[in-house]
Amino acid sequence: MAESHPDLLWSSPEPRGSYDVVIVGGGGHGLFTAYYLAANHGITNVAVLERGWLGGGNAVRNTTVIRSNYLWDESAAIYEHSLKLWEGLAAELDYDILFDQRGVLNLAHNLGDAREGVRRVNANRLNGVDAEWLDADGVRAFCPVVNTDPGIRYPVLGATLQRRGGIARHDALVFAVARAAAGLGVHLIQGCEVTGIEVTDGAVRAVQTNRGRIAAGRVGLCAAGHSSVVAGLAGVELPIQSHPLQALVSELLEPVLGCVVMSNAVHVYVSQAHKGELVMGAGIDTYNSYAQRGSFHVIEHQMAAALELFPIFARAHVLRTWAGIVDVCPDASPIVGGTPVDDLFVNCGWGTGGFKATPGSGWVFAWTLAHGEPHELNRSFSLERFETGALIDEHGAAAVAH
Amino acid sequence: MLLIPCPYCGERDEVEFRYGGAAHVSYPEDASAADDREWSRYVFYRPNPSGRFCERWVHQHGCRRWFNLVRDTTTHEIAGSYAIGQETSA
Repeated sequence: MAESHPDLLWSSPEPRGSYDVVIVGGGGHGLFTAYYLAANHGITNVAVLERGWLGGGNAVRNTTVIRSNYLWDESAAIYEHSLKLWEGLAAELDYDILFDQRGVLNLAHNLGDAREGVRRVNANRLNGVDAEWLDADGVRAFCPVVNTDPGIRYPVLGATLQRRGGIARHDALVFAVARAAAGLGVHLIQGCEVTGIEVTDGAVRAVQTNRGRIAAGRVGLCAAGHSSVVAGLAGVELPIQSHPLQALVSELLEPVLGCVVMSNAVHVYVSQAHKGELVMGAGIDTYNSYAQRGSFHVIEHQMAAALELFPIFARAHVLRTWAGIVDVCPDASPIVGGTPVDDLFVNCGWGTGGFKATPGSGWVFAWTLAHGEPHELNRSFSLERFETGALIDEHGAAAVAH
Repeated sequence: MLLIPCPYCGERDEVEFRYGGAAHVSYPEDASAADDREWSRYVFYRPNPSGRFCERWVHQHGCRRWFNLVRDTTTHEIAGSYAIGQETSA
């Protein structure tokens, strides 16, 4: 007997001619922004315009690492806010997103790494973020499959550990937040590419799309990967460079790795998804690109690093590789706030680590769009900081393993 | 993997090169007169086009010379290379 199709998680309405708020980009940041506009601020006349389809971009191309152990006060505040939201998301959205706080190790391979790690642990604790420093024996006890032999090329001297960090199922997150936003009346419009942004007398009025003109009271740009291009439609320049960031998975294996392991020095981060595949990411390809693919030597380098740290994985196979486009700011921190154009706001530049931030980012960006000014948590992440010099240099906590 | 035409050595594998970002970024004419906005533009802002892009590479593990490359950032297709100091012709 033929089964009926299960209920769709969200509807696909025709766009209206006008909305209070139009959000460009239906990734994690855009969807959470829309959700919190409706849930926290009662603003439901909202459209999310997505060029492709929900769950087709960076929201499902990332390696799902979630943590909040950033160095500076501003970063710790916004990422910790996000992590606290993660801890309640499954209940709030009534969807099992497989959020698993299995712990995140950041390995130290030399004296400089170790000092930086200890400094970061202390900074985290001062900011109320859980953090511990493990020596090599502690690393071996917490994660027995890491090679802690002192004779290897990049020996493990210790690691920072954030026990509340972990992973989640990224496509489930997209489904959950899209369903919740649509349930509150937000229009999720897929296959809708913004081709122009109308600015009159210094204020944004509407966006032009392949499905017609859509007027907007305020516009929020959440088009990670294409932030420069989309902001350029309004004549706004951003200090962003777009790069491919590659990741890969192995075949499905028995449970062997019970935490997330990251290493800045050897350019790799590894976790094991619930389904069983090893999920690994590397550093960005150095060149600018919008192609969603990178060069294979980056994968080779990453595998060499992974095998040195995890000899047990030598017989595993690379099942597939892919890339997303990441928008990188000069200080490895995002831009969340206003632009020179009135009523036009940007949420971009999360670089290689935006997934963990999506709930917190959406929360503060919704506040910003609702009030027309930044929330205390994103005030420092302004576009103006590149003129004032008040940068938030997170390269140490963010650079490769983000 | 890119196959990059060094103007001095010919086509070589990408791993022999290091990337230098956007080409034709010049130091402000009168740097001491630049205000914060102009200085910010010089230090932090670079073109980031989707499409044709003029960029610098150095043949680090070859002739060790810098040059400019014209590459499409959406397809990775390379249109050609030219010497530092030349205007792009591609």
